[in-house]
Amino acid sequence: MSEFDVEIDSSGLNCPLPVLKARKALSEMSDGQRLHLIATDKGANKDIPAFCKMTGNPLIESEETEGKLHFIIEKGEANG
Amino acid sequence: MAKKLAIIASKGTLDGAYPPFLLASTAAALGFEAKIFFTFYGLQLLNKELKLKVSPLGNPAMPMPVPVPSIVQIIPGLEGFATWMMKRKLKKKGVASVEELRDICLESGVELIACQMTVDLFDFKHEDFIEGISSGGAATFLEFASDADITLYI
Repeated sequence: MSEFDVEIDSSGLNCPLPVLKARKALSEMSDGQRLHLIATDKGANKDIPAFCKMTGNPLIESEETEGKLHFIIEKGEANG
Repeated sequence: MAKKLAIIASKGTLDGAYPPFLLASTAAALGFEAKIFFTFYGLQLLNKELKLKVSPLGNPAMPMPVPVPSIVQIIPGLEGFATWMMKRKLKKKGVASVEELRDICLESGVELIACQMTVDLFDFKHEDFIEGISSGGAATFLEFASDADITLYI
């Protein structure tokens, strides 16, 4: 995984909590900073890319290792 | 301009409480302006203390650990048991509680509107409802819904 500034582990939490946690974390970050979100909710595979697309926070990387989903999301410009 | 989500919440059961709060909180996270209009039994979702229940009665699709014939489902206490079971399952699977999703809705600026006509109809009191909600009627909802991108009746 590439480098990140903030990490949120939403393992064990189900839809829509990973998205809501990501939103909260990003709102407290500065433009260009990167969030590492860890999730076990299988729906996050589709939900996180949809969230990133709709909010203009680019999804830099996503991978699945040892049953966990990892996402690197960059805080887009002027996005809370 | 932000997209808009307009929801009518008309159900006051535990399972009926999830879709409006879950979709509105997620919509807010996606940058939507979201409003939920609570009418009839949906008004129960605005009470300070939520005592929501789920009933297997008249709901043949509800998964039960053992088959329970309809005639048995009228036994007092079965509804309470089913509710306890459902809440335990929700917690075990890491699903947010209704209270948690409702709090997130309020924190993220989702407008919760109590239908004034049904408040009057059932003699509900505004002081029994949570803080930070508003009230309105059919025209209030329709004005917002008329240029909403998504409108749902739940």
